[in-house]
Amino acid sequence: MTTPTNTGAELPLQQQESVVIRFAGDSGDGMQITGNQFTSTSAAVGNDLATLPDFPAEIRAPVGTRPGVSGFQVRFSSSDIHTPGDAPDVLVAMNPAALVVNLKDLKPGGMVILNTGNWKELDLKKARCATDPRQDGTLDGYRTIEIDINERVKQALTESGLSPKDVQRCKNFYTLGLMYWLYSRPLEPTLNWLAKKFAKKPDLVAANQTALKAGFNAGDIHEHFQTRYDVPPCTTLEPGTYRNIMGNQALSIGLVAGAQLAGLDIFLGSYPITPASDILHELAGFKNFGVRTFQAEDEIAAICSAIGASFAGHLGLTTTSGPGMALKTEAMGLAIATELPLVIVDIQRAGPSTGMPTKTEQSDLYQAVLGRNGDAPMPVVSCSTPSDCFETAIEAVRIAVQYMTPVILLSDGYIANGSEPWRLPEMESLKAFPVTFHTATEGFSPVARDEKLARPWAIPGTPGLEHRIGGLEKDGDTGNISYDAHNHERMSHLRAQKVMNVQETIPDPEVFGAESGDVLVCGWGSTAGSIRSAVEICAGRGLSVGAVHLRHIWPMAKGLDGIFSRFRTVLVPELNMGQMCRLLRSEFPKHDFASYPKVQGLPFATHELVERIEDLLKR
Amino acid sequence: MTQDAHDAGSATLTKKDFKSDQDVRWCPGCGDYSILNSVQGVLADLGIPKHQFCVVSGIGCSSRFPYYMNTYGFHSIHGRAPAIATGVKTANPELSVWMVTGDGDGLSIGGNHTIHMLRRNVGVKVLLFNNQIYGLTKGQYSPTSPVGLKTKSTPYGSIDRPFNPVQLALGAGATFVARTMDTHPKHMEKIFHEAAKHEGTAFIEIFQNCVIFNDGAFEGVAGRKVRDDRTVDLVPGEPMIYGSDHDKGLRFEGFDVVPCSADEAEAWDPTRNSTAPAQLLAELDADPTRPTAVGIFRRVDAPVFEERLNAQVDKVLETKGPGKLRDLLYTRDTWQVD
Ligand code: SF4
Repeated sequence: MTTPTNTGAELPLQQQESVVIRFAGDSGDGMQITGNQFTSTSAAVGNDLATLPDFPAEIRAPVGTRPGVSGFQVRFSSSDIHTPGDAPDVLVAMNPAALVVNLKDLKPGGMVILNTGNWKELDLKKARCATDPRQDGTLDGYRTIEIDINERVKQALTESGLSPKDVQRCKNFYTLGLMYWLYSRPLEPTLNWLAKKFAKKPDLVAANQTALKAGFNAGDIHEHFQTRYDVPPCTTLEPGTYRNIMGNQALSIGLVAGAQLAGLDIFLGSYPITPASDILHELAGFKNFGVRTFQAEDEIAAICSAIGASFAGHLGLTTTSGPGMALKTEAMGLAIATELPLVIVDIQRAGPSTGMPTKTEQSDLYQAVLGRNGDAPMPVVSCSTPSDCFETAIEAVRIAVQYMTPVILLSDGYIANGSEPWRLPEMESLKAFPVTFHTATEGFSPVARDEKLARPWAIPGTPGLEHRIGGLEKDGDTGNISYDAHNHERMSHLRAQKVMNVQETIPDPEVFGAESGDVLVCGWGSTAGSIRSAVEICAGRGLSVGAVHLRHIWPMAKGLDGIFSRFRTVLVPELNMGQMCRLLRSEFPKHDFASYPKVQGLPFATHELVERIEDLLKR
Repeated sequence: MTQDAHDAGSATLTKKDFKSDQDVRWCPGCGDYSILNSVQGVLADLGIPKHQFCVVSGIGCSSRFPYYMNTYGFHSIHGRAPAIATGVKTANPELSVWMVTGDGDGLSIGGNHTIHMLRRNVGVKVLLFNNQIYGLTKGQYSPTSPVGLKTKSTPYGSIDRPFNPVQLALGAGATFVARTMDTHPKHMEKIFHEAAKHEGTAFIEIFQNCVIFNDGAFEGVAGRKVRDDRTVDLVPGEPMIYGSDHDKGLRFEGFDVVPCSADEAEAWDPTRNSTAPAQLLAELDADPTRPTAVGIFRRVDAPVFEERLNAQVDKVLETKGPGKLRDLLYTRDTWQVD
């Protein structure tokens, strides 16, 4: 990669290990694109990365207001990182609302880059600023750089032929160019991306490319900065081929991979819901992988159509978030009763009810493990990072088809929209688990059992295997309807045992950090990165702290009891009111669990965890 | 059932082949028996092997139907049969999928799924057993109960205005809509045969007598002694003539259907662009001096959902070739760390 030649070579180039930038602006300002481009380019130069988008629930809240602010935080680093960073080093604020909403998170002494082109009296009023934050002391203690980006873009694009409104639409690329200059990033990846993105509109390609270059060149021409920075490639990344990936993307690919490894076509029944809809969008594009997507009339039809497709021999999938899970509950029971493979994806968000659709939470755990009528056990697995979604999705498919059971796959908004570099697996490492449909008529029973207790998958259209399934209790030997008291008890135990049998095919989780000692941090889901960072810091301080992260939520790995025994206390941080902690207490009553709940719609900051661990050690 | 009988294929199938080994447990005298009997007879006649049938139902008295059919069957949950059937038919369009539902299952709790399946035109035959009552839950009024009906949940009479299932189906864009009666096996069989031939959703309302909770609800229309005078059978291309002496006719006059002599009766065309004439016929019985229309209200060709969906998949497969997992992972934006 090359950078334009007119770089500010005369300025000192300062090396930094890790930088956190937050781009913030109006939801119409293109901050998500800006952040994603900065991320892709930093990936291309070989940094380790983590991102955290933060957008409003409203598509377009009133322009310039606080609820309309959209943000994108990216951390790029020359060392291994696991989180998008607790606090930004740099805040780019495209208007006063973006500044006041985000300033509280900025590091003391951090850099603020303001677009003063949006700083008129009306802009301040819309942001509910009684006084100008530039003059009232709000920015004391920060390094503030003021640039009239609106005006700069206008000048740069005088000859573009675009309308003034379209010219202003290019200001995010001007801003991006400036940040590329400041952090010594190459322009080519974004130039190429623009050429592809607007291939049908050459004037837009030219204008945005010009804006990007103008922003980059401005770094040299205007004396805003005293230093340029560089964040060298991360050398501790394991060798391999990498790709930057968002959680929902990895999850979609993982589901396709799972289906291919099982040798099945996919039927996805889904209903639009934040933050799960992107999986429907992704999978709708994978038709040549034998994927059929069905946007149903509601959440219930979404899961029921998938159950019907599974009966007929497809891999049935349904994707949703908490409120949709609630609606699908009865149908999940049907999938349990009929023992059909099905993967139910829940991208959790803050609840209850509609809650905060764009904010993350892990509060559907009870719903996933316990939330159905009747004794209705179902395996539950959970993704822990954006790239981990791939493997976990495959695991969900494997369990579903090998045990003839619905499986819940949990992710959350933070994983779904966050991104990180993904070391792509070697294709040979993906082990196939091909499904064979039952065809032998000899002695066929729809409720015969294999050693796992799975029943045969005999699909309609197979000669001689005509049979009926349904939600009524069935006789354990014949599959016919049965209201027999002892049969019901036997079947209830059988359903529970079948799910517990999954334990035989899951590994014990690895312990990270201390193998035994004072505190074990037991996490699940999207807290993985913060926990890992916190444990690394604790280890650096000589504390005896280990961590274990659960992929298999239900049933849990057999070896957990042994792992818990090696520590004095188990700390369970989670983004809910303590649901996993309570589950662990009931499953492992011998051990001491300390709950650390957080319910702010936000992930854990690393320092919060470090402090809690240190508190616990003082006990 | 022996292997040999299956291998013998469809040619030798009889009604008996479609009877499962389960005891039928509807109340003695329930209209469901005659419907089951007619369906079993028709399926045996279709020339389709038994293993290619799948019967899907929801919850209710009628929804026990799949257990009594020696085909593939799925007795699902209340109201959701259309969604299950959509999944089955889409995953395997070769199957002949029949859905059994009732006025509560299909029009109340599952009303949304019913209209959306009709709108999409999924290739499923829908048998809606309309008995104007909730039978399995022991006698509450349903969305087709007439105003004033006294039931356990309406001791002072129902105040709800009922749905007309045929009108609802027409309004939802159904491509095949028919009405028949449990008291008239011949008519049922004729309609089921027509439905079996139809590509896309075939919706059939069946007047069904619940002897226990709403006995005689259709007696004044579908009763053996009165039905010739109280119903008019809509037969595509045939004049709308009825009466035990075949002497009464119907014709359209503006937005009215008016009585006339048999000679003047208008030929019925269920394929017209507009559903308006069918809508008028569906509510003929609002006037007690008019007969109730049964038979085929609508039969038009339209693209079938599962064919279109699978055609899209095939088209992409053809242009892009079968997807390779490796390409899905190793895209253009990768980089190497050594
Ligand atoms: S309750 Fe009515 S509908 Fe149900 S089986 Fe008895 S007679 Fe038939």
